[in-house]
Amino acid sequence: MANGAAAVAEKTFYEEGTSSRKGILGWLLSTDHKRIGLLYLGAVGSFFIVGVILGILMRLELIAPGKTIMEPQTYNAVFTLHGVIMIFLFIIPGIPAVFGNFFLPLQLGAKDVAFPRLNLLSWYIYIIGAILVLISLVLPGGPLDTGWTFYIPYSVRTGANVSLAIFAAFVLGFSSILTGLNFITTVHRMRAPGMGFFKMPLFVWATYATAWIQVIATPIIGITILLVILERVFGVGIFDPALGGDPILYQHLFWIYSHPAVYIMILPAMGVVSEIIPTFARRTIFGYKAIAISSLAIAFVGYLVWAHHMFVSGLSDTSAMIFSLLTFIVALPSGVKIFNWVATMYKGSIDPKPPFIWVMVFIFLFSIGGLTGLVLGSLATDVHLHDTYFVVAHFHYVMFGGTGTIFFAALFYWYPKMFGKMYSIKWANIAAALFFVAFNALYFPKFIMGYMGMPRRYYDYLPEFADLQLISTIGSWLMGITMIIIFWNLIHALLKGPKSKENPWGGVTLEWHTSSPPPLENFHVIPTVTHEPYDFSQLKEMKNYESD
Amino acid sequence: MEYEKQTEHKHHHVGYGTLILIWVALIALTSITVTIAGISLGSYTLFVALFIAAIKSSLVINIFMHIKFDEPIFKVFLIVSGFTLIVIFILTFSDFIYRG
Amino acid sequence: MSQTDHAHAAESHGHIHRDDIGSKMGMWLFLFTELLLFGGMFLIYAVYRYQYPDQFHIAGMELDTGIGTLNTIILLTSSLTVALSIAALQRKNKFLSVVLLLITIVLAFSFMINKYFEWGVKFEHGLYPGSETLLGKPNGEILFFGLYFIMTGLHGLHVVIGIIFLSIILAMIIKDKITFDNYVKLENSGLYWHLVDLIWIFLFPLFYLIQ
Repeated sequence: MANGAAAVAEKTFYEEGTSSRKGILGWLLSTDHKRIGLLYLGAVGSFFIVGVILGILMRLELIAPGKTIMEPQTYNAVFTLHGVIMIFLFIIPGIPAVFGNFFLPLQLGAKDVAFPRLNLLSWYIYIIGAILVLISLVLPGGPLDTGWTFYIPYSVRTGANVSLAIFAAFVLGFSSILTGLNFITTVHRMRAPGMGFFKMPLFVWATYATAWIQVIATPIIGITILLVILERVFGVGIFDPALGGDPILYQHLFWIYSHPAVYIMILPAMGVVSEIIPTFARRTIFGYKAIAISSLAIAFVGYLVWAHHMFVSGLSDTSAMIFSLLTFIVALPSGVKIFNWVATMYKGSIDPKPPFIWVMVFIFLFSIGGLTGLVLGSLATDVHLHDTYFVVAHFHYVMFGGTGTIFFAALFYWYPKMFGKMYSIKWANIAAALFFVAFNALYFPKFIMGYMGMPRRYYDYLPEFADLQLISTIGSWLMGITMIIIFWNLIHALLKGPKSKENPWGGVTLEWHTSSPPPLENFHVIPTVTHEPYDFSQLKEMKNYESD
Repeated sequence: MEYEKQTEHKHHHVGYGTLILIWVALIALTSITVTIAGISLGSYTLFVALFIAAIKSSLVINIFMHIKFDEPIFKVFLIVSGFTLIVIFILTFSDFIYRG
Repeated sequence: MSQTDHAHAAESHGHIHRDDIGSKMGMWLFLFTELLLFGGMFLIYAVYRYQYPDQFHIAGMELDTGIGTLNTIILLTSSLTVALSIAALQRKNKFLSVVLLLITIVLAFSFMINKYFEWGVKFEHGLYPGSETLLGKPNGEILFFGLYFIMTGLHGLHVVIGIIFLSIILAMIIKDKITFDNYVKLENSGLYWHLVDLIWIFLFPLFYLIQ
């Protein structure tokens, strides 16, 4: 494998771009996967902040029964927008488009992705989709108020701007598809010499499985969205019961995409965990093949469980039982991962740096999220808990506690590699601790409220929920403070932080074999892979890591 | 340049004759399916029509689209995608068939 | 795929890099998205045909089998000509390749012209989504025609996109930007065109042959 490559003082990808253009155009027209990854980071991060602010506003409205700061119709628009932004603009592109773009080629030992220009086009399509969402807010008719699921028949009847907003989701889906097919081709065609499929880092495996879901599942939501638009414009009747259509069929089609989509959201996060744990436990990953294959298994079985969102909507009983069974099966490969991670740490020499601590937060929160998923996946309990805060809590534990937490873990892990700067370790740890407290204060009460019968998406509630709602709202303020600390820490490091060491954590996957930040085409010499991906004996020959 | 090697040896050229033969077969199958549609076969009509369509599409995919001669991984991809679609059909129908 | 192949793909990456297999892989993956897109529509069709078998039958009688068959033959033939065009270019016969591609485009246009007349007749009879005549019919027939217009319309849209792609490719062959040793773009457009044909192979019996 290539030696550290520290010897050659070459320009980083910040100093040298793919085109001769300087300044902002050198970024907006760049086909370099690292710059595109950072473009995504900027866009995704901005929308995340908007989503957080909307969430805090919602919690503020719910601090007490009755009207607090906004009208019911505004509240409907706010929770819809919170969902649409967080799902379509943050979590789905979050880890694959930001870290996948930046690190997939690096971890494979490639100079770029398979189709660099298509990659840039995907970013532009993403931005166009985002702009369409924003335009739909201000056009007459008013912002979307259907919730992020756009359920028929309300989405056909409401006067709000549904057509443009869901067309935006269609456009964003297209961006996601192009990223997916780019990554699949990259994995098949661009691996460095010596890198067989079972020598690929686990983040690559996870991203690869994700890319398949992006390619195979997204078209279904595409056609569904087109049908809703056609329904609104022409009244074709495909989903209209008055004309013989079946609204349940809409739910089928919607969830045929949107359930696999939650695996688009979580799988790359699991990949990041599989990177961070070996690095900080200084042990090769336990059960490499099991974890790699479980990514594909999740991607596939995740396809077969969609109707567990529809248990109370008029699905046939036989179907409900089949889907409930399949839902339990999908927990298996997730369990495989969790147990292998924990086994990796056993007898490791653990170095609890921020990325590792964030991963610990993840394992705790995600386990709660996963186990409450089983409660919702079994038919009898789901009838009671369906459409309550319990679902909201479960969803936020897996998505925010899972993917969101790992988004930060990945940022803290790869920040020195991406920017060549080091952030404040102390403040990153404080943020992790605060995040843990804030998160549980914000979402755990929702489990209890849901169990007591508090329905989701309601503007008002009975007085007996007041205390728990208040705790949840206070949690949202703490969460806001945590976000400010994280962003302040990272931005401050970017502007004034000390220069980072080339390999601060002692990682051994290929991205740590090049300089930080990497040069334009990633490696000074294309590496030849001879080691297993998590073989820490190579740290000595890498020469760019000194332990402290 | 080096890549020429790579592109050259990969390409299996299909002859004009084979292509035209496949086209004749496709047209023949079309006339068969149209003729059969005129005869009443009851519930088998749909089955037969889809069976013929499947044969036609396999001819197009294998020869016209060249998948028979391309990288084997493409075939794997196709099977994965097709299989997924079939599973979606079956699971969706597990709802509609058993609606009481 | 062999190991050397990968090594090769990685080595030759750079300014002179060209990976034809990679390009085709990307195209195939894109075709799968199209397959699933139409797959969703076929799923809806299947569900409603299952629920309203008799009404689909009656509504299907309204469609003109003759025009459907003609269009099937046109598309199959155009699929042949585009495949032949690739074969001709492989054999360094640029002229034949251009002629065959031109025939493909002409056939595609004639498909659209047929489609135009076919839809035109339906509109004349007052059969279009939301029309009074249609809304007066039973639910199954409304759905049949809804699906008919959406699915053949979406397919027609793909034909139009195909015409645009093939025309660009035609121009590139004429200008020698696509040649006998660098024709993966032609192959990819061919793949797209065959997919359009494939979709039609299924649309045809499902709509025109329910007698």
